[in-house]
Amino acid sequence: MSAVIVDNVVKKYGSKKEQVTALKGVSIDVKKGELFGIIGPDGAGKTSLFRVLTTLLLPDGGRATVDGMDVVKDYKAIRQHVGYMPGRFSLYQDLTVAENMEFFATIFNTTIEENYDLVKEIYSQIEPFKDRRAGKLSGGMKQKLALSCALIHRPSVLFLDEPTTGVDAVSRKEFWEMLKRLKEQGITILVSTPYMDEASMCDRVALIQSGEIMSVNTPQGIIDQFKNPLVAVKAATMLHLLNDLKEFPGQLDAYPFGEFHHVVLKEGNSENELKNYLAGKGWKDIEMKKITPDIEDCFMALMKS
Amino acid sequence: MMNTATEIKENKTSPGKASVIIADQLTKRFGDFTAVDGISFEVSKGEIFGFLGANGAGKTTAMRMLCGLSLPTSGTASVAGFDVYKENEKIKRNIGYMSQKFSLYEDLTIKENIRFYAGIYGMTDKYIKENTERILQQLHLEKEAGKMVKSLPLGWKQKLAFSVAIFHEPQIVFLDEPTGGVDPVTRREFWNMIYQAAESGITIFVTTHYMDEAEYCNRVSIMVDGRIDALGTPTELKSNMKASSMDEVFLKLARKATRGE
Repeated sequence: MSAVIVDNVVKKYGSKKEQVTALKGVSIDVKKGELFGIIGPDGAGKTSLFRVLTTLLLPDGGRATVDGMDVVKDYKAIRQHVGYMPGRFSLYQDLTVAENMEFFATIFNTTIEENYDLVKEIYSQIEPFKDRRAGKLSGGMKQKLALSCALIHRPSVLFLDEPTTGVDAVSRKEFWEMLKRLKEQGITILVSTPYMDEASMCDRVALIQSGEIMSVNTPQGIIDQFKNPLVAVKAATMLHLLNDLKEFPGQLDAYPFGEFHHVVLKEGNSENELKNYLAGKGWKDIEMKKITPDIEDCFMALMKS
Repeated sequence: MMNTATEIKENKTSPGKASVIIADQLTKRFGDFTAVDGISFEVSKGEIFGFLGANGAGKTTAMRMLCGLSLPTSGTASVAGFDVYKENEKIKRNIGYMSQKFSLYEDLTIKENIRFYAGIYGMTDKYIKENTERILQQLHLEKEAGKMVKSLPLGWKQKLAFSVAIFHEPQIVFLDEPTGGVDPVTRREFWNMIYQAAESGITIFVTTHYMDEAEYCNRVSIMVDGRIDALGTPTELKSNMKASSMDEVFLKLARKATRGE
């Protein structure tokens, strides 16, 4: 069964003269209990989509349902059933940790005690600071408080808008581990992120760019769709190597990728032809290997296609 | 360019080139809390220096001292040849700065932003006019020059912000997470601009959360709990830490951190 259905949703901003279309007919279908990632850079439309789904914005076209309820007609009911953690910290800075929790619990007609088992793992980490004002918490603690508040009414669907942006690699890993355990409790989770490497943590992902979904699949499925041969190349002088790679007639694309350059080959072109080409250019001590693409390779290929 | 990473291998201070940043036992305390705990390093002219660390490790405090915005508690540092205690106004004039959070004025046009920043740095009208044209051409923004910055997509904004930050030809440019949230294609275009600036002799001091970008730096330092726990070329760090990627190096070091943000 579907927890979230988005069908051809359009969202526009601005006056007629200077109109920006943030969502250009987006469609996705998220199953119950799924950990679903919306992956794309800033300005792709991730936040607009989340605001439509959490009934904070009206779509200009298409329709969407959350837990079977329509985002326009049933907005009040949806608000009872979803948890939302916006990208910007939106709790009350001058209330304490405990007061924020109580406030959100009361609004949803519940108590901290009633759903303590659900938030326990996360909330217990900040409970020692429960008398501290939210504004005085560190970034990581704010994030845990925001997540606890979004969960306190035991939502069936949880929307997390860029929870890991600006967060260092260690804290990001911890956050995703936390999400995996929440998923085991049966909550459907939609999470957006600009970090391509986080795709592998999701059951399925939608890659979004300029208001359009480029692909929806499992992380492995997206990688399997990448048909062209991909080669990683390294040499002593990387910048000059890149220039030569870009001139290789058998390449579709060549770009830096960490310590290697990645070269997408046109179909029918082999690693050997590239090797010979580079040898002909006078390159020695080249390190070259055929590799499986990661999500970032796929994203760039889709952006350019 | 990237090859200098191997050329300067084994050298913590890259001799042969003048150092434009020298920090020695640089420390900053706030009350009982030591935010930056005696860091020492040198950055040479034209180098791309990656300044990494977990949230709360002390990166921002260290950068603020180097930019002349915050006085150290102890230790010494010189930036662009000027002392961070006594000549911080001169430092400000000789560096450029951009961050993800603040770079340009959203409700000024592209041209106005360039003129505003160049004016602050005391550039002449003639210089501003000539170089504004050059930047607009490079960025293919000639047609957009009269548009408000807020109408630009993030990637363009960041590329423009970088051009503005080096408009007055500073000796060093400090980049604080310049590519956060930027799409992967534009992120690479941005780094291409960084390489060109470095090749022209501008020293790049950059922080990032993208570990693949750490690989693009000549040398990288990693801060943990206010100290620099590792410093070297990406190749050196990976072999020292017996790690296959910079991501692994970072995780191994940052997991040792005992303090939060």
